[in-house]
Amino acid sequence: MTSEVPMESKQKEVVLHVEGLKKYFPIRRGVFQRHVGDVKAVDGVSFDVYRGETLGLVGESGCGKTTTGRTIIRLYEPTAGKVLFQGRDLAKLSGSEMRSTRKHIQMIFQDPYASLNPRMSVLNIVGEPLEVHKIASTRAKRRERVAELLELVGLNPEFMRRYPHEFSGGQRQRIGLARALALNPDLIVCDEPISALDVSIQAQVVNLLEDLQEQLGLTYLFIAHDLSMVRHISDRVAVMYLGKIVELADRETLYNRPLHPYTEALLSAVPVPDPEIEKTRQRILIEGDLPSPANPPKGCNFSTRCRKAKPICFEKEPEFVEVEDGHFCACHLVPPKK
Amino acid sequence: MEDSKVVSTSEHLLEVKDLTTRFDIEGGQVYAVNGVSYTLDEGEALGVVGESGCGKSVHALSIMRLIPIPPGRIEKGEVSFKGRDLLKLSDDEMRQIRGKDISMIFQDPMTSWNPVLTIGFQIMEALQLHMGMDKVAAHARAIELLELVGVPEPSLRVDDYPHQFSGGMRQRAMIALALACNPSVLIADEPTTALDVTIQAQIVDLVKRLQQKLGMAVIWITHDLGVVAGLADRVNVMYAGRIVETGPITEIYKNPRHPYTVGLLGSLPSIGERTGERLFSIPGEPPDLIGLPKGCAFAPRCNYRTERCWNETPELEEVSPGHYAACWEKDKVRKMQ
Repeated sequence: MTSEVPMESKQKEVVLHVEGLKKYFPIRRGVFQRHVGDVKAVDGVSFDVYRGETLGLVGESGCGKTTTGRTIIRLYEPTAGKVLFQGRDLAKLSGSEMRSTRKHIQMIFQDPYASLNPRMSVLNIVGEPLEVHKIASTRAKRRERVAELLELVGLNPEFMRRYPHEFSGGQRQRIGLARALALNPDLIVCDEPISALDVSIQAQVVNLLEDLQEQLGLTYLFIAHDLSMVRHISDRVAVMYLGKIVELADRETLYNRPLHPYTEALLSAVPVPDPEIEKTRQRILIEGDLPSPANPPKGCNFSTRCRKAKPICFEKEPEFVEVEDGHFCACHLVPPKK
Repeated sequence: MEDSKVVSTSEHLLEVKDLTTRFDIEGGQVYAVNGVSYTLDEGEALGVVGESGCGKSVHALSIMRLIPIPPGRIEKGEVSFKGRDLLKLSDDEMRQIRGKDISMIFQDPMTSWNPVLTIGFQIMEALQLHMGMDKVAAHARAIELLELVGVPEPSLRVDDYPHQFSGGMRQRAMIALALACNPSVLIADEPTTALDVTIQAQIVDLVKRLQQKLGMAVIWITHDLGVVAGLADRVNVMYAGRIVETGPITEIYKNPRHPYTVGLLGSLPSIGERTGERLFSIPGEPPDLIGLPKGCAFAPRCNYRTERCWNETPELEEVSPGHYAACWEKDKVRKMQ
């Protein structure tokens, strides 16, 4: 596959190329539902996802990470921007073209209780994609494939007659994963797949995701707010703030040498499960709350809470540029790559 | 940690003895808390750690006598606070203590406020009721309290309604309310779980500072081993309604002796880990507590189990000064490297 994106190395194939993606939700008021403004949930996001990697997308609630994931697979219609997947712009595909493309991009959701239809058996839930895309023609074939998928995600195939309420949160998340895997996708958008689970169960699901990636050569876009889990699972990490990506780098660089003041503060806020480190650690506390995405600040989005802000930060929006090889940052205080 | 006996005489601020709480459900009962005993000293910060359904919140609600009865009931036990058994007080007497000497903050800052009353009114209510203040004095004190917890422009915000506050601000105001009557114990039940990490850091920092300033004891209930590491002096690890390990914070993290604690710590990604390292995962799921498991509740998920674990329930026993673990194999249990 060729792509317009310059690549640093030939081995790295771009699976997904997102450019200037925007998703605005209109605010309507009054009897005539006049359009009075927009919630800029995603406001110009660009990144690449390479084959076989896990790209982590982190940020606090309301930063637009989930909307980004949903807009990519067109659960929301994008307001502007390009989403190139295997050379085709998903944002421009018709309904039926998109439906057939979804074979290759699947999603798993945060809430394992809300994302499975309570009135369908596991067989029907996991088998539905096979039926919709006419993969397994006969019932027997479908049952066989579902059994195979359940085994793959570590569930007993004999459970396929059961209903979602008979399973625990961790098991349900496995069912959701089996459903996503049914069509042999290339890319899975994982939207906070572990945040509703208990700590000991989180580790089970993360290990499963990693095993499957290795076995099936999957690519993940892993959306989460838990920075230590994202560090564990990701190859590269993008940090979002108020609808924009503020920094993107490989995980070691991002966690050890963050350049954006927001990334710095966010990382320092994560508690470390070690009392000795915690005792001596200096925290960078961010003052105040997230501004409203309906009325983002002028200049840099983070300027209102940034401890390093200079006059230019309140005036001009910083560009998202490469500052070192493979390390992107949107901050006036970080000089671009020469 | 000079006094480390699990059960002792009443020189402690709060002493919980054999607390047992059940819920009646159709066709049986839920064994939510199964004999929890510990002590809390003045000014001490105690962390209570466990996963959902381990009884950590129910045990706190039992101490506060906030369990809905029925279906719940406190089957047995004793909660002595400054020499009085809270479980034997009348409702009126308990109301005098609740919110005054012992206060509690909850997980969800959205639902713990009354939406139709101003923040100021709700703080003033506590002051007028417990401290006998008049309206003017209570209003002034409410502003002071909001300032103490870092609400900007407190003299204006005091007349706001809860929905006009952000999540983090609401939790700050909740802390102001909890501190209104200078309690000697603050019970914080997952106060930061619904908040973002940067806001969580603000709240943890705030509670730590206030604790030092006001000298109150704090019981911090959470599932997050990271949060507890930064704030507690001692930790109780709970599983299936029991304390399975308790001890000084550094001991628990450096030298855990219950397989469950070992597993929990192992399932967290660590800062220094190398690429491609796998997380340890505890197999299986926590028990549902409908019906009390025979033997050790953790046995079905445990790597160290022996025949004995299926039949006999281990009690807390000292493994090092002030550090107790409830495990038959505790001498073999070691932290994973």
